[in-house]
Amino acid sequence: MDIIRVEGVAKAYGDHQVHEDLTLAIKKGECFTLLGPSGCGKTVLLRMIAGFESPDAGKIYIDDTLVSDADDSHQEIPPENRGLGVVFQDYAVWPHMTVFDNVAYPLKIAKRPKDEIKKKVMDMIDIVGMHGLEKRLPSELSGGQQQRVALARALVGNPSLMLLDEPLSNLDANLREEMRFEIKELQRKLDVTVLYVTHDQEIGLAISDRVAIMNEHGKIQQIGTPWEIFEKPVNPFVFSFMGIANFMAVRREGADYVVGTGNQVVPWEKPVGEDRQWSAGFRPSDVKLSRSGEGLKGVVKRANFLGAMMDYLIEIDGEHLRTSIETHRALTQDLMFKAGETCVVSFLNLLWFRAEELQEVVKE
Amino acid sequence: MSTSSIKTKSSIGVGQIILFLSVAILVIVVAFPVLLILFNAFWVEGHFNLKNVIEVLSEPDTFKALKNSLIIATGTTIGSTIVGTFFAWLVTRTDLPHKTFMKSMFLVPFMLPSFIGAMAWKMLLSPNAGFINQFFIHHLGFTGPVFNIYSYLGISTVEVMYLFPFVFIQVCGALERMDPTLEESARISGAGLLTITRKITIPLVLPSIMSGALLIMLYSMAHFGTVAVLGIENGIYNIPTLIYERIHQSGGSFASIRTGTVLATVLVISAAIIIWAQRTILGKGHYQIIGGKSFRPMELKLRGLRMPLMIFCLAYIAFTIVLPTVVIFLVGGLKTYGLSFTPENLSLDNYKFILFEYQVTRDAIFNSVTLGFSAAIITMFAGVMISYVIVKMKVRGKGILEFLGMLPFSVPGSVIALGVILAWSGKFGINLYNTVWIILLAYIARYMAFSLKANSAALEQVHDSLVEAARSCGATMWQSLKDIVIPLVRPGMLAAFFLIFLPSLRELTVSIMLYAPTTRTIGVAIYTLNEDGETVISAALAGIALIIIIVGQTIINHFTKKEGA
Repeated sequence: MDIIRVEGVAKAYGDHQVHEDLTLAIKKGECFTLLGPSGCGKTVLLRMIAGFESPDAGKIYIDDTLVSDADDSHQEIPPENRGLGVVFQDYAVWPHMTVFDNVAYPLKIAKRPKDEIKKKVMDMIDIVGMHGLEKRLPSELSGGQQQRVALARALVGNPSLMLLDEPLSNLDANLREEMRFEIKELQRKLDVTVLYVTHDQEIGLAISDRVAIMNEHGKIQQIGTPWEIFEKPVNPFVFSFMGIANFMAVRREGADYVVGTGNQVVPWEKPVGEDRQWSAGFRPSDVKLSRSGEGLKGVVKRANFLGAMMDYLIEIDGEHLRTSIETHRALTQDLMFKAGETCVVSFLNLLWFRAEELQEVVKE
Repeated sequence: MSTSSIKTKSSIGVGQIILFLSVAILVIVVAFPVLLILFNAFWVEGHFNLKNVIEVLSEPDTFKALKNSLIIATGTTIGSTIVGTFFAWLVTRTDLPHKTFMKSMFLVPFMLPSFIGAMAWKMLLSPNAGFINQFFIHHLGFTGPVFNIYSYLGISTVEVMYLFPFVFIQVCGALERMDPTLEESARISGAGLLTITRKITIPLVLPSIMSGALLIMLYSMAHFGTVAVLGIENGIYNIPTLIYERIHQSGGSFASIRTGTVLATVLVISAAIIIWAQRTILGKGHYQIIGGKSFRPMELKLRGLRMPLMIFCLAYIAFTIVLPTVVIFLVGGLKTYGLSFTPENLSLDNYKFILFEYQVTRDAIFNSVTLGFSAAIITMFAGVMISYVIVKMKVRGKGILEFLGMLPFSVPGSVIALGVILAWSGKFGINLYNTVWIILLAYIARYMAFSLKANSAALEQVHDSLVEAARSCGATMWQSLKDIVIPLVRPGMLAAFFLIFLPSLRELTVSIMLYAPTTRTIGVAIYTLNEDGETVISAALAGIALIIIIVGQTIINHFTKKEGA
């Protein structure tokens, strides 16, 4: 069943229309990531669900309760009555309260008995790995520790839904990696539904049960499991958003598909459709390089030795692509090319997009 | 799932309450009195009448007051700009010895009330009885006074002594923040130091100089104390003193109030022009080359001039700051004014008398402390609330709130006092005239801008997400204000409190227009006792006031340093 339902929501700031007719459902118990480039309106959506912003049109349900209704009753349930846990990008840990007081605040507001507060808070502080630090002030904590306090505070009231707004983007890379698994662990342990908003596709893929990809205009492009999103992107935007993407122009000539301006026929899986101009998308890791055999013939235009990796720029009939190969493999398998040498390129996986579709993405 | 944790009951609009209260306070305390002035100036017998305004302005007395205000303000502005810029350059750009000490000394006049200074200079340089003039006549064989303080030059000079820090601070800041590479590149291009100063440095700091100068112009046009102490004797009135004189003499007759409102309108209009000019100068983008960063500026070697200039600075400090202060305390210790400063003529009797026996001064101290305290407390809380609306709430028309709150900052004290009289003397059902409440209302209006500035700065430090986090934890708007916002802006509130409490202790301009026999403040008591010829008592009270001010300022400095660390 769905814990959040967003139905036909619109939101504008002045002339800037952030969302229009946005519809989205999040299932109970899942870890759902809303992934999109910065400025696409994903935080706005989270803030509308939390109740910090009101939609201009549409309805939002949490747990089947109508919390925002801009269409009929114009009812708005204020954030404090929505029963959510929220974690902010800048932690938002209150600087004048100790770790204990920060975590205890939701329970104090709920007027729970003192000893229950004490027990629950200490348990939660243990769970987020802050044991022994409960008397510290936030100024005496590192960024990662402050974010743990924020997590504990969001979870202590035992909410059924937790919203996280880029909670890891202020942390350094190592800590970020560690924390994302901890968040996933907490989600499993406490059986809470998580809505996670980020622009970092790695985190999105690592912790989510399902991912929604939003484009710059706040339009959801694809919803699916991380694997589906990665392997079967529905359009070039999703494809290029999920990692470094290369595109190669291909034209249809009769039943054949020919690369660039030359006459080499693509020997792999063919696209479905009547268009004449196509783009074949692939990731650097999908490129296989060899000296001879089946594949497309190309010329190495530039070879860069980067230590552990060899980096090549290859031209196939006017189309350029970059790929890299581990240096030791290049040495043992005779794949050390010099500029000007010919090579054979084959692809483990090609994704076909219509050329005009790609044009749209490039324009944006 | 049916056991939902969502409560569908929604709370009352706290936002609307805060907004409503803020608008109400500013309209009642600020907008209403100021609008009444404009209304009374232009609205005669039920219709708009510009001819009458011109008539009032062309009366010989009023016209002369306008001219005097302009002459004194011009003199003061030119003098202060020269003095302030010169000292600012000395302490930032040269190798003058003891620069830090000098810099802090040059800021001292900021906290000294200028009317007390004017009293001291009256004792020192009045043509017949002034100590310095007498010394020259009796001991050096002069036939007349060396300097007559009861003159345009005298008044302007005293005002310069107390107002030049406005320019000094602005120019110091600009010189310190100026990127030295701008000057260095000129030097590399072969320009001499004089050329650099003329072609690079001065044009770069010119906006700061101008902005400080305009601030002084604004202040001096509307300045009451110095002119009241030094000018009235010789028939020199400026606009605020004439307003006071008219209202005071006639006991608030219709004609005098009309003259007052017309004169006040002139002050408001000139203030508006000055502020507009200042905004235009600062808004031209000249400031872009002056970044927020602190650089180590190029220092000019004074060489042979180093010692003479240091002695000059010390002499200036001794003459303009130490000497008047000492005179006040000494005269305050004299048995009778006119006796010489010998040990047998000096005692602490006057001080004891005003603190423990004399009802007038004891009342004045009590009134000032309670008025200052109440005004500071009320304005502090109102300021937090209004700042919250301005900084944090997304409502339309909050620009008007900001404008209203900052208005008294540029509207002269005598105008506020007049507006308060018009609004609260019974014409609209409430008569507070001759009570402390009318003074309290005027103080609140006058100091609201201070509170808004301090609290806005503090509130801007409180990120929205801190409040949102509290809301998502289940706290209502009220609870999150009480638990999160108020504790975090407490330093700003404390600053606002002192920024209001201290100046209100020495306030004169507003109180002098509003006092009744039992509602004298310290400033009023010093001024009226001095006018009544009770010079020694008045000086002793001024001495006490100076001590309170200096102690208070030291406490503030202590606090603010702690906050900064």
